[in-house]
Amino acid sequence: MTSARYALGRAAGSTAAALSRLTRQGDGTTVGGRITLAIDPHALAHAAGGRDLVLVSGTNGKTTTRTFLVAALETLGPVVSNAGGANLPTGLTAALAGDRRSPRGVLEVDEPFVPRVIDAVRPRAVTLLNLSRDQLDRYAEVQRLAGIWRDALGRPGAPAAVANCDDPLVTWAALAAPTTIWVAAGQRWHDDTSVCPACGGVLARSGTDWWSECGLRRPAPAWRTEGTTIVDAAGQRHEVALGVPGVVNVGNAALAAAAASLWEVPAGEALAAMTRITTVEGRYLCTTYAGSPVRLLLAKNPAGWTEALTMVPADREQVVIAVNARAADGRDPSWLWDVPFEQLAGRRAVATGERSRDVAVRLRYAGVDHSRVDDPGEALAVAARRGAVEVLANYTAFQTYRQVVRHG
Amino acid sequence: MADAVRIALVFPAVLGTYGDSGNAVVLTQRLRWRGIEAETIPVEIDQPLPDQADLYVLGGGEDSAQALAVSRLSDGALRRAADRGAPVLAVCAGFQILGETWLDRHGSVSPGLGLIDCRTDRLAGSRAVGELLVDADASGLGILTGYENHGGRTVLGPAAQPLGRVSAGIGNGDHDVDGAVQGSVVATYLHGPALARNPVLADHLLTQVVGELAPIDDSAATELRAERLRAVRSAGRGLRRRQWRPPASDG
Repeated sequence: MTSARYALGRAAGSTAAALSRLTRQGDGTTVGGRITLAIDPHALAHAAGGRDLVLVSGTNGKTTTRTFLVAALETLGPVVSNAGGANLPTGLTAALAGDRRSPRGVLEVDEPFVPRVIDAVRPRAVTLLNLSRDQLDRYAEVQRLAGIWRDALGRPGAPAAVANCDDPLVTWAALAAPTTIWVAAGQRWHDDTSVCPACGGVLARSGTDWWSECGLRRPAPAWRTEGTTIVDAAGQRHEVALGVPGVVNVGNAALAAAAASLWEVPAGEALAAMTRITTVEGRYLCTTYAGSPVRLLLAKNPAGWTEALTMVPADREQVVIAVNARAADGRDPSWLWDVPFEQLAGRRAVATGERSRDVAVRLRYAGVDHSRVDDPGEALAVAARRGAVEVLANYTAFQTYRQVVRHG
Repeated sequence: MADAVRIALVFPAVLGTYGDSGNAVVLTQRLRWRGIEAETIPVEIDQPLPDQADLYVLGGGEDSAQALAVSRLSDGALRRAADRGAPVLAVCAGFQILGETWLDRHGSVSPGLGLIDCRTDRLAGSRAVGELLVDADASGLGILTGYENHGGRTVLGPAAQPLGRVSAGIGNGDHDVDGAVQGSVVATYLHGPALARNPVLADHLLTQVVGELAPIDDSAATELRAERLRAVRSAGRGLRRRQWRPPASDG
């Protein structure tokens, strides 16, 4: 009965997905998954079908790290994964139901859904990247998310964790897991970890070390990064020349390689596969527009924007800042004031997106020379006429820019 | 004024979750644009509050951060500052902990710093999340705009005046008002940050420190305010305003 219900749900879901694509409503994964799940509430578990899975979650870097990990595990054979940012149970169900052949899978999971997905798909491991403030209108508190993870990892039969020990919230959660591979993947953003998640006291820091008076302390990492070098658990050093920018992505590659080591993929092979990736669903995409080089960067929250600002090359004078505040972005763009836009002083910025006026006020107080243009295409054209452009956009504004550069 | 105006940003890492640290940026820049020297002094959670700042700014934070902030502020430095008339701006969690009591993350009533005659418990129902419009005409501040995100209901006592009347959103969740004004302390649930969205409120605080201020170009903020007022009115958030009744057990 159960499997008949799942078969029916899967068939109906894939029909709906096909219709959605035909009518150009979307890529169909979400609607398809929703229908499958409506017919069979256990569809996610059935779609997983006991396959050998690893989850990736965290506030920033989910999609890039998932892509890295897919590349690493593909050295062993075909891998099922949820491309396209559909990281809720509906999207996961659709992705798994759409590929019944691949024996291994990598799933990126929206942070609050990690416990539910662990219960449904029983993964071998979860890769936990970082936790910081994001979409506060929806999720309210960062520490609560860490608590949700911790509870899930402390239950019987919980998976192994591959966790960033430079993030105290991630560490506190992952300490509950039966086994953990600690990776010093770095963390530039410290503003959500002044308070110890375990005891509520002050969290002290010195260099990369951190500790609390209750005894919570940064575990010794098995894997670590030193600039663009990744040191694996055996102490072997790997100089990596990633095709995507940013120190943060060296950390993500280390986490992905550490996770792949659970499948006994040699670190050198895993990292070699990752270096061939140059764009991740439009992120870091280099193209031209109005005759000028353009690169697209996605940043969704203060920690992500702070990292993205470090990726803007020193000689890039034109910057487009595109911000929306739809449900998927978070409705409150107050976070713009947590981002050190002062670093853009000396460049010329164009503010655009549905909340361009918030951006313009922020840039004015940051002392950044700027103009404001409502239409994203026109905003890019204005900047591109002056030279090479770095586009920094938040989630839905970024999707708009993928279209803009495709048709430009 | 010979010395730079000193704006103390209180515990930005724990009371800055909702972008409220921007309030200190706004205050500092608005003085500099007028040729007045100013500096922001971020006070970290393990540092004592400076006694001699000219203005103090506190923002919103998570529940666990509130408890920590109260314990660090109980040395009386903030009270002494308010007593000597230094303006204090407190937003959201910062507002709640300046009251007589607030609820900690376990739901127990905790003593606040007692700078404002108010008590905070929980809103009935869900958190107040969305655009907030406050009519502060009576205080000469006009319409204040911002974004609220809190689960607290704050009931003012007789010594505290509201900052204004709520015309859209929830605010304090009691008597249709938002915030509090008591002596030199101004408190509100407005994020945005409040002073970026409402330059009039920023200058109101600065005037108390440096006297009359020269006008400056606020056209960007004026455009933003007009857009937000249009958005709130077209969304009709004011119509969904809830009436809060005290729980039966609440004296």
